[in-house]
Amino acid sequence: MSTPRPIVLAAAFLLATTASLSKAETPHLGKPLDEAAIANWDISILPDGTGLPKGSGTSAQGATIFAEKCAACHGDNARGGGPAAALVEEHKIVGISASQKTIKNFWPYATTIFDFIRRAMPFTAPRSLSDEEVYALTAYILAENKLIDAKDTMNAETLPKVKMPNRDNFIIRFPDRI
Amino acid sequence: MDKSADRNKGKRNQDLPIVAGNGLIDRRALLGRGVILAGAVGTGIAPSAAGAEPLVDDPWSLEIGEPTPPYQTRSKFEAKVVRTLSNPDNEPRNSHARTPHHMLAGTTTPNGFHFTINHGGIPVIDPDKHRLVIHGLVKQPLEFSLEALSRYPQVSRVTFLECGGNSAPMFSPEPMQETVQALHGLVSCAEWSGVKLSTLLEETGIDPKAKWLVAEGADSPHLTRSVPVKKALDDAMIALYQNGERLMPGNGYPMRLLLPGYEGNMNVKFLRRIKLIEQPAMTMYESRTYSQILPDGKAYRFYFLQEVKSFITSPSHGMALKGPGLYEISGVAYSGTGRIEKVMVSADGGKSWGQAALQEPVLSKAFTRFRMPWRWDGGPATLQSRAWDEAGNVQPTRAEFVAVRGELTKPPPILGFPNQHYNSITSWGVATSGEVKHVYA
Repeated sequence: MSTPRPIVLAAAFLLATTASLSKAETPHLGKPLDEAAIANWDISILPDGTGLPKGSGTSAQGATIFAEKCAACHGDNARGGGPAAALVEEHKIVGISASQKTIKNFWPYATTIFDFIRRAMPFTAPRSLSDEEVYALTAYILAENKLIDAKDTMNAETLPKVKMPNRDNFIIRFPDRI
Repeated sequence: MDKSADRNKGKRNQDLPIVAGNGLIDRRALLGRGVILAGAVGTGIAPSAAGAEPLVDDPWSLEIGEPTPPYQTRSKFEAKVVRTLSNPDNEPRNSHARTPHHMLAGTTTPNGFHFTINHGGIPVIDPDKHRLVIHGLVKQPLEFSLEALSRYPQVSRVTFLECGGNSAPMFSPEPMQETVQALHGLVSCAEWSGVKLSTLLEETGIDPKAKWLVAEGADSPHLTRSVPVKKALDDAMIALYQNGERLMPGNGYPMRLLLPGYEGNMNVKFLRRIKLIEQPAMTMYESRTYSQILPDGKAYRFYFLQEVKSFITSPSHGMALKGPGLYEISGVAYSGTGRIEKVMVSADGGKSWGQAALQEPVLSKAFTRFRMPWRWDGGPATLQSRAWDEAGNVQPTRAEFVAVRGELTKPPPILGFPNQHYNSITSWGVATSGEVKHVYA
C-alpha cells in the first residue's frame, strides 16, 4: 500500500457524501401494488362519500340487524343500558363534559358512522358485517335520531348528503399545522 | 466546577442561598458535596455515631446467588411498582395502563412502564406476516415488510408520547385526591428508532394534491386517524424499536406511526396502512372523541399538539415527608413544540418562584427532569412547577386555563375522559404532618 491511498479514499468518500446530500439513496425494497390488490384494506370513507361501496340499506332492515348483533351492548333500540354507549339520545350539550356528546348533537358527518361500524363493529367480530348491513345499521341510527326519514334509503349517494346539525360548530385549533 | 466547589466550601456553615419563599434554595446548590454537608449542619440533626450496632454480613453475602436469565427482569422487591389498569379483565371496551411517575426517576420510561391505551385488546401480530401499505395520492403504491423496513436508513429520537386525555381529572371543580400516576399517568418518554416516513414517501412519490394521510392499524378496531402531510414530511417516523428493543405489544408491535409532540391517539399502532388524500377523513376519533367541547358549546378540532406542561413527581400526593429538613423537589417538563427553556418552582402556592435545575441533555419534545433543593421548615407549603418552552410558550395557571377551557360541574370518574389537553399547573399541598395532598392553588 502506498501512503497517499487513504487520502484518495477519504476524498472519494467526501465526494460520495456530498452527492448523497443532494439526493438521498434509499433501498427501494417496497413491493409495488395496484389499488385493486389494496381494495379489501381500503376502508376509509371521506365526508364527501369517497370510498363508500356499492349497496344500500334502510332503517327497517337495520332494526332487525341491530336487535341481533348490536343491542346486547348498546341496549334495546340503541337507547343504552348495556356496557356500550347509547346511540340514540335527545339532548343539547350542557357544560364541557365529553359525556354530553351524542351522535345527533355532536358528530359532524354521517359518513363517520358508516366508516366506524364497518371497521370496528361488532366489537367482538369486526369486519363481519356486509356493506348492505352497514348501510342498514347506519340508516337505522340516523332514523332513530330523526336525522333522516324512516323510509329513506342510505347508499353512496344519499349518505354524504345527510346534514348533521353540529357540522359548523367546530374551531380548528392550530390552522398553521395543517 | 472548581469555582462552585470553592464557593460551597466557604458556605459550609452558612445558610443555603434562598431564592424564593418557604425555603426554596438556589438550584446551583445542587452542585457539590459541600452543600449537603451544610444541609446536615443547618438542620441541626446530625446523627450521633455512639451506640451503633457492629456491621455483620447479610445472608446474601454468604451464598451463591441466582442464575443469570437470558432476558433479565427487575428485583422481586420492586414488584409493587406497576402500571395501574382500567380494564384488567379485558372486558369488551378500551383499556388504559398508567405510568407510575412517582416511583420512577430520570427521563426514560422503561418499556414495562410505558403507558398504553388500546381500544380492542392487544393484537398478537406475527411480524413476518405484517405489512405496511402506502397508497392513495402517490405515484406508486408500495407494500413494506418488517424485514424490508429493517434495511432502511434508521433514525433514533427521544420523545414523549401523551394521550390527549391525560390529566383529564384536572377538569374537576375540586382537586381529586389521587396520585400523580392517576392524574398524569398517560404520558411517557422513550427513545424510538425506525425509518423516517419521508424516506418511504420519497419512494412512493407524492401527488401534489395530497394534503393529508389516513393512518390505520391492524388491531380489531382498525383504529384510524388523519394526519397532515406537513407533519409526515417533518419528523414522522415508522417506529420499530422502543428504548433499543422491538416495540412492546401494547405500544404497537411490530410498527407504529410516531408523530413527536402530537396527541397519542394519532401515533397509530400496529400500523398497516397509510393512504394519502386531499381532505381529512373525519374518522370517529378525530371528529368525535378527540374534539373538545368548549364553554360556549363550540368544540376544538385537530388540536394535535401536546402543549408545554410540567408536574412535580416528588414529593407528590400520597407521600409523607419525614420531618423538617432538606428535600429535593423533582418532576418532569415537556413540550410538543420543542425544548424546555426553563422550569420555575414555587413552595408558597405561586407567590414566589425560583428557577429549577434542568438535567442535561434537554431534548426537543422529550421529558426534561427538573430539580429544586428545598428546606422544609415543617409548616404548610404548596408546591408547584411551571414550564416555558423555547418558542416562548408558558404553562398556564389554573385560573388562566379554566377561563378559556372551563371546568366540570362535579368531579368525574377517575378513569373517565371528560375533556382533553389539560396542561395547567398541578399543586401539591404539604401539611404540617408531612402528608402531601392534591390541592388547587
